[in-house]
Amino acid sequence: MHIIVCIKQVPNTTDVRIDPVTNTLIRDGVESVINPFDAYAIEEAVRLKERLGGKVTVITMGPPQAENALKEAISLGCDEALLVSDRKFAGSDTWATSYTLCAAIKKIGAFDIIICGKQASDGDTAQVGPGISTHLNIPQVTYVKKIEDISATAAKVERMTEEGYDIIETPLPCLLTVVKEINTPRLPSLRGLMKAKSAKVLKWNAQDLGADPRSLGLDGSPTRVIRIFTPAPRKGGEILKGDAADISKELVELLKDVVV
Amino acid sequence: MDYLLTEQQVMIRDLARKIADEKIKPVAAHYDETEEFAWPIMKILAESDLFGVYIPEKYGGLGGGILDMCIVTEELSRACGGIALGFAGTGLGAIPILLYGSEEQKGRFLPDIAKGKRLAAFCITEAGAGSDAGSIKMNAVKDGDHYVLNGTKQWITNAGEAEIYTVIAMTDKTKGTRGASAFIVEKGTKGMDFGKKEKKLGIRASATREVIFTDCRVPAANLISKEGMGFIVALKTFDNSRPGVAAQAVGIAQGALDHAAQYARTRVQFGQPISGFQAIGHMLADMGTQVEAARALVYAAARMVDSGAKSVAKESAMAKLFASEVAMKVTTDAVQIFGGYGYMRDYPVEKYMRDAKITQIYEGTSQVQRNVIAANMIKESLKK
Repeated sequence: MHIIVCIKQVPNTTDVRIDPVTNTLIRDGVESVINPFDAYAIEEAVRLKERLGGKVTVITMGPPQAENALKEAISLGCDEALLVSDRKFAGSDTWATSYTLCAAIKKIGAFDIIICGKQASDGDTAQVGPGISTHLNIPQVTYVKKIEDISATAAKVERMTEEGYDIIETPLPCLLTVVKEINTPRLPSLRGLMKAKSAKVLKWNAQDLGADPRSLGLDGSPTRVIRIFTPAPRKGGEILKGDAADISKELVELLKDVVV
Repeated sequence: MDYLLTEQQVMIRDLARKIADEKIKPVAAHYDETEEFAWPIMKILAESDLFGVYIPEKYGGLGGGILDMCIVTEELSRACGGIALGFAGTGLGAIPILLYGSEEQKGRFLPDIAKGKRLAAFCITEAGAGSDAGSIKMNAVKDGDHYVLNGTKQWITNAGEAEIYTVIAMTDKTKGTRGASAFIVEKGTKGMDFGKKEKKLGIRASATREVIFTDCRVPAANLISKEGMGFIVALKTFDNSRPGVAAQAVGIAQGALDHAAQYARTRVQFGQPISGFQAIGHMLADMGTQVEAARALVYAAARMVDSGAKSVAKESAMAKLFASEVAMKVTTDAVQIFGGYGYMRDYPVEKYMRDAKITQIYEGTSQVQRNVIAANMIKESLKK
């Protein structure tokens, strides 16, 4: 079984700062890590390989330093790594990113399943996974919390919903995005770390992909970010005191004042 | 301080630290309280290949030495000196096989130890034979192609949990210490039983039990080296393992110091963080200096062992003596810096103080280390 995992390098911080002028993430001085949700995708892919045999190819589109994230993925059990990197990809929105990754996957050739994290912790769009499956014209199941059954031709998975979960059967090849409930990612092993150190990461640029240049980067991105801002924090609540009858009356008056 | 570790050793240190921080720290208080053996952590250590750092590649390890073992022990001990002992006690049980085992014995036991598939333990202490290890009573009588073992070993680290035991027993009592021999006994051998689990002051996540041998028949193929070599095996094992105990002490001290420094920075009294008071600042300075000095001595002793030096008894004993005394001092001072909070079990530092004490006692008390150091100094002086 050939499993492809798509990952992203994100800033290792819960306090994401945004440049007020360019409206892009400030990455200076912030350590980059594998997107936490992608760690579950890597783990699930490696577990599938350990159970069924085959190999795991890990892909990312990003700047040259994203190679570190790919090497980390190798230390966690992935077999081959591909970095899709070119200045022409800069400014890609989710459409252009998924188009570019799709072009890379097509060039790789045959695969059985693609696994992505449900979303990235910096952009939080949850659109690239579904975008890839759309560009490739293969089925997708998002928010997968368990792979119940998988064969060479089909998979049965549990898709998490707010109320519970759906059980979905899909033919292969397909694309899954996974949630953190699916597994507990392992730590790397020393042998994995040594393998990662000497591993060769394959690198492709825009020309290698043979993609339509009009579909790449900022030019290929139909969305434009107008403004990113941190919403003002909510004001504190008000606690009403007194006996129940008075409080209810007061509350009704207060509620009348706010637009419901 | 830069100890000029190899790239592989840095990798080992970083991974052990990651496991200590992410996996052991959150559960250290739980295992201390319940005194359970931390099998889930042992599984993580096994999967990360750490059990194999000091075992030759030929037997499935990573080919490092005692320094590599010390690095892992130290990092794990920063989080919990008791859980770290699952790893370090296995090292103690494996060293006799590494040093004196035959090719066949190494091939039979080391690969499983390297993979973390089976833990190991070392059995020498008896009720009447502690510092005076020469007075062990347990005997081994040859009977055909077996030895029949009878006797009781006491306070055995990893006992009951480990599957591979190296055991010192007398094959000829008339010869005194020259009549001892070392055997490998596998858990499950008929006639080998475990006594009650001991309740301890510290390192409570570590399993300590009696190992009782009653007409326990061990294949002669499990005799390490030859009859009469038991004491040499034990002494050389301790020469190799003492830097490991010392590393455990350094880790415990460092863990307590980290907590103390952080607490001193955040605890406000008289309107300022207590780290601003010279009394506290100087305590922290002394603690930091002592820990660093202990680490330097431990790494130097471990490197000497790994260099294949002929005699390392004095240096190993020095490392163990100094590091364990530092651990006791530093952990006691950490509790002092925490004040009343430090005395409470809701806070982490009192555990470090309880855990530190054992490092001054096992694998030779501080007093025995001084005996070893003095004896070797006198010997060296005679040669001059």
